[in-house]
Parts: sequence; C-alpha cells; structure tokens
Amino acid sequence: MHHNGVEDEEKWLAAGITGLQQNAFYMHRALDSSNLKDALKYSAQMLSELRTSRLSPQKYYELYMRAFDELRKLEIFFKEETKRGCSIVELYELVQHAGNILPRLYLLCTVGSVYIKSKEAPAKDILKDLVEMCRGIQHPLRGLFLRSYLSQVSRDKLPDLGSEYEGDAETVSDAVEFVLQNFTEMNKLWVRMQHQGPAREKEKREKERSELRDLVGKNLHVLSQIEGVDLDMYRETVLTRVLEQVVNCKDEIAQCYLMDCIIQVFPDEYHLQTLETLLGAFPQLQPSVDIKTVLSRLMDRLSNYAASSAEVLPEFFQVEAFAKLSNAIGKVIEAQDDMPVIGVVTLYSSLLTFTLQVHPDRLDFVDQILGACVTKLSGKGKLEDSKSRKQVVALLSAPLQKYNDIDIALKLSNYPHVMEYLDNGTKKEMASVIIQSIMKNKTLISNSEKVEALFELIKGLIKDLEGNLQSELDEEDFHEEQNSVARLIQMLHNDDPEEMLKIICTVKKHILAGGPKRLPFTVPPLIFNALKLIRRLQNRDENVAEEDTAATPKKIFQILNQIIEALSSVPVPEVAMRLYLQCAEAADDSDLEPVAYEFFTQAYLLYEEEISDSKAQVTAIHLIIGTLQRMHVFGVENRDTLTHKATGYSAKLLKKPDQCRAVYACSHLFWVDDQDSIKDGERVLLCLKRALRIANAAQQMANATRGSGGSVALFIEILNKYLYFFEKGVTQITVASVQSLIELITNEMQGENATPDPTADAFFASTLRFIQFQKDKGGAVGEKYEAIKV
Amino acid sequence: MVLVLALGDLHIPHRAPDLPAKFKSMLVPGKIQHIICTGNLCIKEVHDYLKTICPDLHITRGEYDEETRYPETKTLTIGQFKLGICHGHQVIPWGDLDSLAMLQRQLDVDILVTGHTHQFTAYKHEAGVVINPGSATGAYSSITYDVNPSFVLMDIDGLRVVVYVYELIDGEVKVDKIDFKKTTASANSAH
Repeated sequence: MHHNGVEDEEKWLAAGITGLQQNAFYMHRALDSSNLKDALKYSAQMLSELRTSRLSPQKYYELYMRAFDELRKLEIFFKEETKRGCSIVELYELVQHAGNILPRLYLLCTVGSVYIKSKEAPAKDILKDLVEMCRGIQHPLRGLFLRSYLSQVSRDKLPDLGSEYEGDAETVSDAVEFVLQNFTEMNKLWVRMQHQGPAREKEKREKERSELRDLVGKNLHVLSQIEGVDLDMYRETVLTRVLEQVVNCKDEIAQCYLMDCIIQVFPDEYHLQTLETLLGAFPQLQPSVDIKTVLSRLMDRLSNYAASSAEVLPEFFQVEAFAKLSNAIGKVIEAQDDMPVIGVVTLYSSLLTFTLQVHPDRLDFVDQILGACVTKLSGKGKLEDSKSRKQVVALLSAPLQKYNDIDIALKLSNYPHVMEYLDNGTKKEMASVIIQSIMKNKTLISNSEKVEALFELIKGLIKDLEGNLQSELDEEDFHEEQNSVARLIQMLHNDDPEEMLKIICTVKKHILAGGPKRLPFTVPPLIFNALKLIRRLQNRDENVAEEDTAATPKKIFQILNQIIEALSSVPVPEVAMRLYLQCAEAADDSDLEPVAYEFFTQAYLLYEEEISDSKAQVTAIHLIIGTLQRMHVFGVENRDTLTHKATGYSAKLLKKPDQCRAVYACSHLFWVDDQDSIKDGERVLLCLKRALRIANAAQQMANATRGSGGSVALFIEILNKYLYFFEKGVTQITVASVQSLIELITNEMQGENATPDPTADAFFASTLRFIQFQKDKGGAVGEKYEAIKV
Repeated sequence: MVLVLALGDLHIPHRAPDLPAKFKSMLVPGKIQHIICTGNLCIKEVHDYLKTICPDLHITRGEYDEETRYPETKTLTIGQFKLGICHGHQVIPWGDLDSLAMLQRQLDVDILVTGHTHQFTAYKHEAGVVINPGSATGAYSSITYDVNPSFVLMDIDGLRVVVYVYELIDGEVKVDKIDFKKTTASANSAH
C-alpha cells in the first residue's frame, strides 16, 4: 500500500509541476507582451496547482518553491506596471477577482508587497489586511505555506526601527503585532494537523508535522531579528504573547519545539531578565512534554553565556538565577513523578555545570544540588542502566575538573551519598577518576580527616564491597588499579609529625581491611611513608620532642611491625623480608638496638621458613648481608649471633657458585671501615678460605660430572677480594697468600682440563692490570704491591 | 654523537608517585638513542613509559622490580665504549667503590653504571668510570639521607664521553658535567 502511495505521490507531483510549468509559460508570454489580463489569468491557473490535497509536505514544498520563483517574476511585472501608470490600489482590487481563494491570496500578497514598497498606504494597514485575509485558508498544509509566503515577502518591509517604512503612525509595535498574528495563526494550523485523519495514521501525521515545524519557528526568528524589539518590548509583548500561544495550544509537539525555539533564538541576556516568566511556563505545559531536555538546554546556554565573559556574571546574581532555576527544576521533578532517573540526573548535571560556571565559590549551592539528587535517587536503589551511571559519573566529575583540588570535593557533604547509588563497578570507576584528578593536580592531602573522607569515597578500590566477586576483574586491570592506590598513598603528607602519624594510622586502618590480594600493593607505600616520617623525626632537634607525643620513632616502629605482619596472610615473604630489613636499617639510624634486632629476627625467620626458591634465596642473602654490614647499633653478642646465622645461610645455598659468592660477601661483615670494633682480620681470612674451599669443590664437581674443569671465574673473584682486604691492610692477608692464589689461577687456566673461557680470561687480565697499576702508583700503595709478581 | 640516558631507582609506586614533572618534560621521545636503567622501576607502566622515550632500553633487575626476569647484569657496546649495568644490591659493601671496581673488571667494561644507593656519583679510576645516576624520583633510601631526584645523560663521541648529571634541587633543575676520555680505541681494554 505504502509503495503505491509513494509512487502515486510522485505521479501527482510530476503532474502538478507540469501544470505549473505550462501555465507559467503562458504567463511569461503575457508578461512579455504586457498583457495584464492574461498575466493574471495564467498566474491564477498556475497557482491552482497549489490547491492540491494529495501531496505530503516534502512534495508540496517542491511545488511551492517553483511557484515562489514564478511569483517573483510576476512581482517585478507588477512593479513595472505601476510605473507605467497602472494604479496599485486598482491592481490590489483586481487580483481579488481570481476565482479560487488560494490563488487569489497568493496574488494579493504579491501585489501587497509592491503596494507596501510604493508607500501609497501605510505598511501596517496593508500587512494587517493581508494577515487577516489569509484566514480564508484553514487547511493546515496549504495555510502554512501561504502564510509562510506572506512572511517571506513581508520580511524586508516591516516598519522596524530605522527602516524606511517607519513613520509617526507606524512603529515597531505594528511590525511585532503583524508577526505575532501570523505566528499565532500558523501555530493553530500546525496544531490542527495533529487531529486530522484517522487515529492509525497518527505516526505519519506527527512525522509530517515535524517536517513543517520550521515554518512556524521562522516567525520567532523574524521577531528576534527586529531591531526595535528591545528587552522591554520582548518582556512585555513578545514573550508574553508567544508563551500564551504555546501554553494555550495544549499540543505536546508544538510546546516542546517552540519552547526550545524561544531559548535558541532569543539572546541569553533576555532569558536571564525574563527567567521567572520563562520558567513559569514550564509547569503549565502538557505533562508529556520532555521538559527536562529543554530545561537542560536552557541551563547549558546560560552556562556558556556565563563562561563567555566575566562581565555578565553580576547579571546572574542580580536576577537570582540559581534560585529560580533550582526551584523550577524542583517543581518539574515533583510534577513528573515517573521521570526516569536519567532525566533527573541530567537536569541536576546541567544545573551543576551552570552553578560551577556562575557561582564557583558557592560550595553550598553545589552541595545543595548533590543533596537534591540524593533525595530524588533515594528509594530507587542502585542505578541499573549504563546511561544513568555515566551521567552520575559526569555529575561527580564536574566539581573535580572545575576545582582541580580534591579538598573541595571532600568538603561536599552530599558527594559520598551520591556515590552510594552507584553499583560497585561504577563506584570503582569513579574512584579511579578521583585518584587521577589528585595525581594530575599533584595535590597533597594533608590531614587525617580528609584522608578518611577520601578513602571512604574510593573504598571500592580499597576493599571488596558486598556482592563484588574479585574474579570479575582482569588481572592486569587489577594491578593497575592497585598501583594507582599505591601512588595515591604517596600523595598524603603533612609536615607536622603528629598529623602525619594520624594520616598513616588512618591509611593503615583502611588497607588492612583490603584482603590478601591488595596488601602486597598497598602495604609497601605505607611503610615507606612511615620510614620517611621517622627520618624527619631523626633530623629534628632532640630537645624538641615532647613527653607525650605520639609520634616517636619507637611507636612508629611498633605500628610498622603490625603492618608488615599483615603480609603474612597473603603470603609474600620476599616483600615482607625486604620491608623488615628496611625497618631494621631505620631502627639502626634511630639507635634502637632491640627494635633493630627484632626486625632482623623477623627477616631471618622468613628466610628460614618461607623463602625456598633458590634464586630468591640468593637475592635475599645478599640483602641480609648488605644490610647487616651497615648496622652499627648492635652490641657484640647480637652482632655475632646475626653474623653467624648469615654465614650459615650462605654456606647452605643450593648451588656451589652461589654458596661461594655469598660466603666471600660475608667476609665484609668482619671488616667495616668506619667501625674500629669491627675489624677482625682472622675471621675475614676464614671466610675467604672457606670460599676457596667451596670453589675447589665446585671445580672438582665439574671435573667429575662434565669431564672438564669448571670456570676459574670464582677463583678470580676471590682473588679480587684478597686484593681488596690486602689494600685495606688486613695483616692476615699476606703477599704470599695473594701470590699463591695468582699461581693457582694461572695453572688452572693453562691446565689440560681447562675449558676456554674468554670472560674469565678478560677478568684475570684486568685484575693483573689493576695490580700493575697499583704498583705504578708508587708511594705507600706502590710499595705494598711491589712484592706481588704478576 | 650518541645520547645515552642512564637512570634508575624510581621505586614507583612504592616510594614515589611519579617522575618529577620537570624531568618528564625534558625526556622527549626521539632525542635519545639508548636508555640504561639500573633497576627498581618497579612496575610495568614505568617500563612502558621508558620505552616511549626510546625503544632501545636496557634494564637490570633491582630487588623490588615486579618483573623478575630482568638480568642481574648486562653489557653492551656503544661506539668505542663498553658499558656494563648492574643494580648494585648484589655488590657488597653497598656503594663501595673498590667492590664496584671489581665488578667492572669482571664485566670488562669501560663504563659501569650502577644504582641502589640513590646517590649520584661519577668516579674515574684506572680501569674506567663508575657512574651512579641516583634516583630519578628522589625516592627514600636507607643508605642516603636527603635524596634529590637525578639522572644522567651520556654523550658518547668517539673516544670521549661527556657525562651530564641533572639534579632537581629545591624545585630547580641543576646541570653539571664531567669529561672522560679513553686513551686507546682497542676493543679489549681501556687504560
């Protein structure tokens, strides 16, 4: 059926165009021969094509445009006729003899245009006559186009301020009156279309109405272009009359379109000054009108206006724009009980953008908006659809972006309440947005209350929320998420140690509830924050510390112990061990021997009981030895115990080369340059000899298992250690021992079973070069090395 | 002229949130030919970021690095120079120049780049140069108090290397430079 309909329309349009063109042809002939009578006859016939009821708006428009072009030529002809002596008044009379009313009125408008130009009568009288005559056409489609024609031809002939048609008797008011009348009549016709035809074709009719809406809206545009329409006239006449029509027509489509039109077409200053009137119309509109979209657009326009220049801001304050908008929104939401959540949030979003632009200093306004949002959201449960969630995220992100300072967002009491309505996934998304904002602005969060508020906001990242299955999240994403929390922890700082300690305790409370998966990420940054605090306390003058301050190194170490202990629940022994060793060093700096010893004990226990991977053990033992080597707080007994254990661990590593290296590293435990009490040459030598034995054993094992000598690298390393201590002046390291080692290596390298090893060769060569270099230095050093033969 | 960026011990996110902004704006992609990193980044994001500055990235393992497969030591040749990289927690006593010299002899390199102490040093001895670029983020260290963020840029040109050290002190970037020359161009040794 539809297919037929379209085909038929095409046919009718074609027929209409043909008819029109034919008559136009004859009309032109008449024009050329100045035959007025024929011109009128054929033009009327031509215009008859526009009497059709068969065309849809799109097609009718095509026909109309052709007629329009032809009428321009006719108008020129009329003008020339009047120059030739034909009376315009008579012409005006003559065209009304046309048979059918539609052609008659088109011709009348055309002549009317010439009449006004001639100035033989006041423009306002002619315009009034025309706009009223057009009432003769009550068919919506035909009437709309006719009046549109009237609007087009009269456009440049209105008695506007400063126009040639202005006079004493006729003014801008008359121009406005004319346009308003045309507008009103056009709207009535437009609305009437809604009720024409059977109910089942409603959708088709609404589509056609939509195609015609700009014809009606054009009138508002014309009004906005009239120079003489100043704020007072707009306020008193234009807006009042337009709104009257909009409200009274009680048509959803017209109301929605026209309200939007008003907002887009007239200047923003006018809207500000008539805000109350404009907003007052909204509750009077049909309930089915999408008010929220229109309202949002109004607020967006006003926001942009406010952003355009600082000079306009006082206007906003003067008209109390915020209060009015806020009330209007409240009323709308109240009236539309079943407004979907997305609508509510969009409205408040627009209001928030507006407020941030116009009243950035009024946090109470911002908080008010968030509060209103919460009130409306309550009772709806968590937001289900993704559009609503996105809108809420946009709502919450706006203050962050505006203020670039998380402190401000933390001051908004309703901020966390809004977040409550997000589902867990979106809560985490929002938390990430917040953290990113902090990182981007490099803001430091400086007291424990703020930290508490902040961690409440981001709790979706800190711990498992109800119903949240951890397995949902991709591992890489989870790492990224937790790493961002770790970075955040670095942004918490206060120079005052008491406050800093409070911050640390607050963070501790939150992260310890985070569960085993999160602890490895969140614990280390907190530990290092605390260590930094301890260092700051050490730097301070001793006398400053008061009796009952909470922030003493000792107390902080206790807290540190508790936090690291939590890692055992994961478990991550390697990380925990490293942290214990860091704390031990810090305790060493604070001269707290028992505390340092306790940390070492914990580290050793982890090594013994939890770290079983060979590679991990090698690194761990080097960390233990390296740390222990630097400790100066231990008394002899404690140091001996720890050293003994360390050497024991070294000798028990799985692979012989690892054993060897760890053991000779232990030699440094017995000789510390800046501590005279730790200079035990005997034990140094013992270590080195033990390392040698292990190297030998390794060599033999290689011979046995692979049939050839293993690498001599270990021997060369040990030789270098001999040289190290030799240079330090350890008497037990004699020239002879160095010499024999050199010979041993030389023999090994030249032996039958030797495997060629360029790396070892290079190492040995550079070692020998070093010895030579030392000899060449002369002086005390040169003397020492003199005896060594290379 | 070959530009080599040497940096390390960033300790992101355990001890520092990010590189200082002033450093970040200096490290523009495409200007540097090689990056040498002593380790302790610690996370993949930092690795990826360094790769955007220069794809030729050489890293050794620090004890806090998330990626456990970085090598303990690495050597590479750039122009006439042999460079060696090692984080340094393996060399005891930590920061001891004589022990580091031993590592240098062992790796047989002209320039040894090492970290762990978070303290910038550039030391010349008979076998070559030992450079510690410090901590690029000024991260906390148990070894060094008052760490300023620092990194090193080496300009290798023939037998000469100019070492520029960039330090962030009280919010300002201060630059210093040190010159080193190799005496012979032989592939095996440097005197």
